[in-house]
Amino acid sequence: MITAGRRVLQFCVLALVAAAVAALGSGPAYRQIPDGTGVLMLTFVHAADRRTECRRLTAEEVAKLPPNMRRVQDCPRERRPLYIELDVDGRTIYRHSLPPTGIAGDGPSRVYEKFVLPAGRYAVDVRLRDTARADGFDHERREDVVLAADQILVIDFNPAAGGFVFR
Amino acid sequence: MPAAPSAGPVALLRRTLRLGFEAIERPLDRLFGPALNPLAQLGALGFFLFWTVAVTGIYLFIFFDTGIERAYESVERVTDAYWFHAGVTRSLHRYASDLMVVMVAAHLLREFAHDRCRGVRWYSWLTGLPIVALLYISGITGYWLVWDRLAQYVALVTSELLDWLGIFGEPIARNFIATGTLTGRFFTLMVFMHVAVPLFLLFLMWVHILRISRPKVNPPRTLAALLLASLVAAALWKPAVSQGHVDLAVLPSPIRLDWFYLPLYPLTDLWSRGAVWGLLAAFFVMFAAIPWLPPLRRAKAAEVDLAHCNGCARCAEDCPYEAIRMVRRTDGMAFPTQAEVNPSLCVACGICVGACPSSTPFRRSEELKTGIDLPDYPLRVLREHVTAAAATLNGPGRILVLACEHGGGGRAARAHGTARVTLPCVAMAPPPLVDFILSKDLADGILIAGCAESACHHRLGVAWTEQRIAATRDPHLRARVPRERVARIWASEFETRRCADELAAMRRRVLTLPPARLRSPHSSSLTEALSSPQPPSPAAMPAKERGNV
Repeated sequence: MITAGRRVLQFCVLALVAAAVAALGSGPAYRQIPDGTGVLMLTFVHAADRRTECRRLTAEEVAKLPPNMRRVQDCPRERRPLYIELDVDGRTIYRHSLPPTGIAGDGPSRVYEKFVLPAGRYAVDVRLRDTARADGFDHERREDVVLAADQILVIDFNPAAGGFVFR
Repeated sequence: MPAAPSAGPVALLRRTLRLGFEAIERPLDRLFGPALNPLAQLGALGFFLFWTVAVTGIYLFIFFDTGIERAYESVERVTDAYWFHAGVTRSLHRYASDLMVVMVAAHLLREFAHDRCRGVRWYSWLTGLPIVALLYISGITGYWLVWDRLAQYVALVTSELLDWLGIFGEPIARNFIATGTLTGRFFTLMVFMHVAVPLFLLFLMWVHILRISRPKVNPPRTLAALLLASLVAAALWKPAVSQGHVDLAVLPSPIRLDWFYLPLYPLTDLWSRGAVWGLLAAFFVMFAAIPWLPPLRRAKAAEVDLAHCNGCARCAEDCPYEAIRMVRRTDGMAFPTQAEVNPSLCVACGICVGACPSSTPFRRSEELKTGIDLPDYPLRVLREHVTAAAATLNGPGRILVLACEHGGGGRAARAHGTARVTLPCVAMAPPPLVDFILSKDLADGILIAGCAESACHHRLGVAWTEQRIAATRDPHLRARVPRERVARIWASEFETRRCADELAAMRRRVLTLPPARLRSPHSSSLTEALSSPQPPSPAAMPAKERGNV
């Protein structure tokens, strides 16, 4: 015969388990970055120029093509890698050549990098090369930014908006 | 023959885990009783918690509003304005899903510890792995819907992990930073996933239990009610709350994590995303390999002897693994069906031998035959073992132990110097064997020592043995067998002391009993029985004798 006392004890054991689950289900707190720091994030998707320029096909070349596939230009799909540099207070913290995506290497290059920095004011300089030039950069932005604690400062790139965007 | 215990690091790990479970399970046995012991109902409780999460989720969906701003506001309204019903329901939804993770993890560990994942049981183990994955996907997608700071953290880390796989054209993590690309359609997608994934999870839960008979998908009502009440108590004590509206320009830190669903997320700050994926892959590969670590040396599957099978279907009824089915008769005898064993499902537990009405050691035959038998441990050998073990008994208070190879009875008998016969499962011993031992005066008492009641290795062995002795299940122990000379003890391999105490107590009890005077159905001696000609086939036997020997 199960007594009421035993039933209460059974409930207490299960309630203890449920309480432990509730406690561990919403804590303890976790901090991703140290106190007093923020995140500078460099992220964008951008396609560089094609590796080789489009070439006008000769009349003979066009004639050789099947009638339903005849075109005026031959444009190889493969794109160049992007070359990017990021300086913070004059020190280069990121320098990378970003290959194009896709099996054929014809997709845009992507970057998604996070830098944890102490909160404060920084001189940020970001440069990008996306053409065939051997040196120098096609896009650059230099700006003094204030990074607050726990802030995510995003450096994006949008050619339509004029290049680099700080959000 | 019963299998020899395996050695090696995996076996050692299993034994250590069993000891751990033992330390929790036996006290729970005493408090709840074996029938209500939560550790014996882990799978059933998993199903119960699934339904709890489903019902509370449906109720919450009434109040939920999709959209970047509206989602958070609707959840806040649920938590604050309607706390007394929808708020409690939200907490129940959360904590039941957390507890489901605990139940699944404990279930997985317990099945591993008790070595219930090797051999033909690989199927349930392997189908359990995608259940773990889908359970986590269900939980994680649920966190996104709240659209609070925790949702932002979960969204960011999850998408960063997915981006590492390179399956998306653009990094989807960019949607969860201040790039302004997130739209309300995202919530529609997440709601769809949070509904579709659990539905698929339910389907896999059904697949998971396909190969076992009488799966426990509903816990005892009392236990379910107690668990629900305790979850409500936890919900009232610590209501689930949001952690502030998302601000994509601010890193959600610090954040109170759900450590049941998100224990790997902080690892992404320490390791590369590839390393985290590698850890997950290693976990799944290792768990998928467990049924073959090492491969189980399987005893031969049970075989049907049609000359002794009358198609009564008791073996099919009692088989815990759905390994036997009744098919149309093939030998022309006057029975509509016959038993058929699927060797790929049979674990050779012998429960079918104990269920067969032809399994009677009284039968006078040169070679004792029964309708269904284990090739590696036939009934004939069992009878020989019994008679040989009984021959070593002498003096007053002779107790013969019929011990399950997974319980503590065998070791206790050995330590006690008592004769014992070990079986793959005590339910392999047909009730007439007990009658045989006592009526042939091979022993003064019989102790049937099986696994712990809440942890029967072959799932139903304890239940069937109890019911057969109580004469509520056929084939049952004859009324003429003095029950005071037949004791049962259900004890784990670690409870040898309890078994030894029970053995000593039984010996003392038997010594006080008057001499047993059982009328044997066959007055001949055992030697005569062994040398007598073959019995008539079931067709030639009277129906009463065929059905209930």
